[in-house]
Parts: sequence; structure tokens; C-alpha cells
Amino acid sequence: METAGAGLSAVFPSPALALGYSGVVALLLLGTLAAALLPRLDPARFADLPARVRTWWILFAVAGGALLAGWAVFTLVLAAISYIAVREFVSLAPTRKEDRGAVLFVYASVAISYGAVFADSYAAFLVIAPIYIFVGAAVLLSLAGRPEGFLTTAGVLQFGVIVCVYFTGHLALLMRVPAEELGPSGPAGLVFLVLLATQAGGVADYVVQTLAAPDAAPGTSLRGRLAHGVVSAGAFIALAPVFSPLQTWQAVVVGIGLPVWALCGDQVVRAMRRELGVQSTSLLLPGHGGALDRLAGLAFAAPWCFHMIAFFALERY
Amino acid sequence: MAGFALMLRRLLLVLILRPFAWLVIGVDVRGRRNLPASGPAIVAANHNSHIDTLLLICLFPSRLLRQVRPVAAADHFFKTPLSSWFARHVLGALPVERANARRDMLAGCEAALKRGEILLIFPEGTRGEAEELGDFKTGIARLAERAPDAAITPVYLQGAGRVLPRGSRLFTPFNCAVIVGEPFTWCGDRKAFMTRLRAAIEALKSDAPPLRWL
Repeated sequence: METAGAGLSAVFPSPALALGYSGVVALLLLGTLAAALLPRLDPARFADLPARVRTWWILFAVAGGALLAGWAVFTLVLAAISYIAVREFVSLAPTRKEDRGAVLFVYASVAISYGAVFADSYAAFLVIAPIYIFVGAAVLLSLAGRPEGFLTTAGVLQFGVIVCVYFTGHLALLMRVPAEELGPSGPAGLVFLVLLATQAGGVADYVVQTLAAPDAAPGTSLRGRLAHGVVSAGAFIALAPVFSPLQTWQAVVVGIGLPVWALCGDQVVRAMRRELGVQSTSLLLPGHGGALDRLAGLAFAAPWCFHMIAFFALERY
Repeated sequence: MAGFALMLRRLLLVLILRPFAWLVIGVDVRGRRNLPASGPAIVAANHNSHIDTLLLICLFPSRLLRQVRPVAAADHFFKTPLSSWFARHVLGALPVERANARRDMLAGCEAALKRGEILLIFPEGTRGEAEELGDFKTGIARLAERAPDAAITPVYLQGAGRVLPRGSRLFTPFNCAVIVGEPFTWCGDRKAFMTRLRAAIEALKSDAPPLRWL
């Protein structure tokens, strides 16, 4: 028992975070049980549930493992996710035959932006994507030697950089908050809180949607969105005293805003999919769709969480 | 030597090629259950890029790798001893001599099908223009005629022509789509066979996500 305790404390920064992980595992086990039973009752309605739950396990293993491995590994994993999301985006969005060099530069922007996180330079991170990557991509596009489509492609590439790299990268910045500023769970606890609150909202939406209105896709009904908002905000406000330095009223402000931003992200990516005429941004995550589909809500919520937590409670930023 | 080379190929597939294809390039496969689980079989796909062979090889489980043979032009891939070794032992490629009309060009392929292998064939014979379907050569029909028990699986590949088009050295990742159609067998007539193959691959094209590549 003592060795088990020592092992746990070697892996988890605090008993609270170990408990948090156990909670997620319990939910996933519940999901696995549901995925084993529900398709037998109603095969059509729960057809994608087993794949969806399997993918959740993988996502939890990747994100949870990266959080425990510290900010450097987490930043690398997040950079890889940003890269995959950018690639899904430029593969669907309109680009020109001549623009392969500019697209390659946009991939490089992932390395440059996360490089600023590695260099621990918040100021550099803030200006790289909106100014320097924008200029670099626009100049490369202008050198393509083809006048038509320039503005469209410049706008398209910048959209991808802002959502997939700039927004998402704020999570990596949160991981670099010094442990002294935070409770025993440290920055891993803080990011765990944000991840849990956003993803719980998506799960609540799916559950309500599938049980109440199986014909409509998740994220398209008012009921689903309400469930998303209530569960997401509730999870954040309830767990903020444990994992964040926020006071209760501050946690209420951040927690209520969080699902609003996440739903904005889902809405924007849905509009994008509609224009491009696809159901999902790729088939990477069975039962969910593409990386960008899964990331959208989190990406849009990340700057809000970062700015508000920094404003209320962090010396570092 | 052969056992070692095969092990090397399986390790290469599992540790390098497949992670590279799935994570760096990004591949969406539709209709995977239509793939042949054993030979003799022919997988026929459109051809835009060297990436195409990689995408097709990555579709198969590593235990089938011994049987999976990309058919490659001898004059291009077996030119130097090094590229020849790489093509034969790493890719498991089967050389076809396009230029030599006096020899029986298809004998090697036919023998491979008799051994129960799975041939990967690009009926266009060359990579052509990026993301455009060129004319099909009829060698595949003559081969199917000589090995009528081999199932033909049509595959449409989209996006590889953006990743690495012919004539470009700039490798640029884009998501690719691999759409596997239902297999069919030799129908008794070369012309009808070619029409059917082309129609099958063109029909798969409509299942691919829209390509906004202006």
C-alpha cells in the first residue's frame, strides 16, 4: 500500500489530480459499459458509440499522459495536434496549385509559435502568428505569380493559423505558469480543469442529443447546447477551488464564459464544414470526425480561460 | 536473407511508414473492408505521385506484407543497384520492363499472382498531371485475362498529387483520401474490362471529399 502511494505521488503532483484522473477513468468505464449495452437495444441510434468511446480513451491517454509528463512534452503534443488541425484545414479549404510553399510556411508557423512557448516568451508568442506569420504567408502567396485568388488564399491561411495554432497554443502557455503561483496540482491541474470542463460539455451535448433527439447531429439543438453549457460551467465552477487559484466569484465568471466560447468555436467550424460540403474535417478520430472538429470548442475557449485566469490570479502573465 | 529483409520491411511499415502516413500526411480510408485479405488479387489505383505506393502499402496489415507487391517500371525504379535493392527488398516491388517489347512483359506479374500475391498496379502507367485521371494502359486487362481467378479491387487515391506532384521536390503534407471499391473479376472481354475498371475508379472519385485545388 505504501509503495502504491509512493508510486502515485511520483506520477501525480497532488492527490487531488490523481482523484481527478480517477474520475475521468470512472466516466470512461461508464461510457465503455454503455457502448457495450446500448447498441444492442437500439443499433441505429448508438451505432457510433463504441468507436466514440474508444477514441475518448485514446484522447484521454494522450492528453492525460502529456499533462503528467510536464510542460515540455505537453507543448510538443499540443504542437502536433495544432499541426494536424492546420493540415486538415488547408486540405479542405481552397488553396491554389502555386501555394504549396506558403502552406509549408504555415506548417512551419506551428514550430515557430510553439518555439516561443519553449523560449518562455509570452510577448513573442503574442505577435508571431497575427503579425509575422501573416506577413510571411501573404508575401509568399504574392510571389506565386497568379493574381486571382490571392486575397482569398491569404485570408484562408490566416484563419487556419489563428484557430489551430494561436488559439490552441494558449493552453501551452497555461502549462508554463510557475508552480509557486498555483496550488499543489500545479499547472497540470489548471490545464486539466480547462480540458475537463470543455470536453465534459461536448459529452453532455452528445448524451442529451442522442437520448432526446437522435435524428439531429450533436451540437445542433438548443437542448444539447444548454446541456453543454450547464455541465461545462458546472464542472469548471465546482472544480476550480481545487485546481485553480481563482476565488469563487471569479470561477463563476470564467466558468460561465467558457462554454459560450466553446460553442462559438463549434459554430464557426460547423459553418466552415457547411461551406466546404463535408460532414467532418477528416476521419482521424473514429466516432468523432477530424482533429479540428474535436479541437474547435477547446481552441476557442483556450484564450478566454488563459486571459481571465491571468487577469484574476496570475503574476506570470 | 529473405527472412531478414521481410522483417526489416515489416518493422519499417509499422514503425516508420504507417505513422508517417497517418500522422504527417494524414490518410482517410473509406471502404477498407473491400481490400483483399489474401491473394491472388490485383489492387488497381489512379496514379499521381510517388506517395501513392506508400498509401497503398500502408492499407495492409503487416502480416500480409510478404504478399503485397507494388508493380514498378524497371527502367525507372531498377536503374541503379541501390534503387534496385531498395525497390525489391524494402518496397517488395515487382519490376516490369516497359521498354522491352520482345520479352513477355507480364510473365513476372502472372507468376506472382500464381503464387497468391497481391499486386498493386497503377493502370495509368505513369504519374501524369496532379489530381487528374489519365488514360489507362491495357496491360492490366491482359494480366487479368491470364489470371482470371484474381479479384480486381479498384481504388481511388486523392490528394497525393498535392503532397508530392510529379516534378516537384517540395514535400507538402495534405490529407489524402483512399477510397476502396468493391472487387470484381475478369469478365471475358478486354475492352469491357477496361471500361468497367475506369468506371469503377471514377465512381469512387465522387465519394472523396471535395478538392478545392484551384
